[in-house]
Amino acid sequence: MAKVHVTTTINGEPVEFLCDPGQNMLDVLRNTLGLTGSKEGCGTGDCGACSITLDGRLTCSCLVLAAEVEGKEVGTIEGMAQGDHLHPLQQKFLEMAALQCGICTPGVLVAAKALLEKNPDPSETEVRFWLAGNLCRCTGYDKIVRAVMETAAEMRGAA
Amino acid sequence: MTDIRYLAPQTLDEAVGAFAAAQGAARILAGGTDLLVQMRNGVARPGTIIDIKKIAELTSIEETADGGFRIGAAVSGAVLAEHPRFGTVWPGVLEAINLIGSTQVQGRASPGGNLCHGSPAADSVPAMVAAGAVLTIQGPNGRRTLPVEQFPVGPGRNSLAPGEILVSFSLPARPKGSGDAYLRMIPRTEMDIAVVGVGVSLTLENGVCTAARVGLGAVAPTVKLVADAATALVGTKLDDAALEAAAAACRAACKPIDDKRGTIEYRIKVSGVLLKRTVAIAAERAGRA
Ligand code: FES
Ligand code: FES
Repeated sequence: MAKVHVTTTINGEPVEFLCDPGQNMLDVLRNTLGLTGSKEGCGTGDCGACSITLDGRLTCSCLVLAAEVEGKEVGTIEGMAQGDHLHPLQQKFLEMAALQCGICTPGVLVAAKALLEKNPDPSETEVRFWLAGNLCRCTGYDKIVRAVMETAAEMRGAA
Repeated sequence: MTDIRYLAPQTLDEAVGAFAAAQGAARILAGGTDLLVQMRNGVARPGTIIDIKKIAELTSIEETADGGFRIGAAVSGAVLAEHPRFGTVWPGVLEAINLIGSTQVQGRASPGGNLCHGSPAADSVPAMVAAGAVLTIQGPNGRRTLPVEQFPVGPGRNSLAPGEILVSFSLPARPKGSGDAYLRMIPRTEMDIAVVGVGVSLTLENGVCTAARVGLGAVAPTVKLVADAATALVGTKLDDAALEAAAAACRAACKPIDDKRGTIEYRIKVSGVLLKRTVAIAAERAGRA
């Protein structure tokens, strides 16, 4: 099968890869590039565990063809912490135990970061709507929502 | 798995040429929220995938000189929501499009995809029908336009000829005193498929309805324009008798399926209820416009 050569930027770093024309970006992230932070819960756009940003816009990497990211900026969970320095959302999720098994967590964090960049002062309803595409089978969502609200408040205070 | 080709043409002419040349073995890729799922479960096995998102006309929103809007078929719901004016002029169309899927899906899914996918329950379609959207379609024999309500011909089927691509939706200029709205009934509270969907667009002059269009979804093999419901509203002050007549017209237009989401009886009854509620929101917006 003729491979497609893709040149892109992932978490600020230039990256090149070869993919099959029908291959999705989640598969390339995990199996070609070894970026296994993004998870596959469903592969059909329902669970949000594979969430990434594409030119800053939140999307499911399982619903993006890898060939489509040519020339784009991809953001994954691996780009969230700066070295050993966790993003405030990551820190808060640990402090408030906003995760259990952790499978949904990378997707939730990527989605929550995208929300706070767009809206630094979301209401609880806005947080719940924004994260409605991130399914969690463990936490019951409450701790997740509270951790996002608390992080937002702290980040506003620090700004 | 057979060989797939991925093409991302820069121009519509190239896209139409490649689509026609593939003779039915190609699929158009806009947001991919249906196509990639179909490829994964084996329902779609395209030989060629034609990504139309590099074509400016397919991904732009334009306010036309006469005060109307032209929306590229591949514009995502998230991009449309960020437009500074669209949501104030056509709040009903925007709320219908923004009901499609999660935030992640909104980042990619487009009104063109929603229409071409051909679900009778597609949320954006009744709102587009109510708005009087006119489609621009381009194919091997050139361009044509088509009222949106004539596009679907059955579940999953549309009136595109071989090689034709949906290019854009044109929405007319709004007279003063106009408003639109879309409501749907779903068994859950969010992120579900409509059991009934109603789009209404109307214009009021001194409290009298001077123009109306009603689009009805999820209760027949295709989304429908319910002309009788509009006729029942025009010339009235949207009093109870007029609303009941329009609701009856919606109930009469239903030819629904019976499934786990809603029985035939339920869908028919709810179509009338939703018509009244949707008219109330559209009228309230018209009063402010
Ligand atoms: S794996 Fe992509 S949404 Fe579930
Ligand atoms: S923590 Fe287990 S799925 Fe969310």
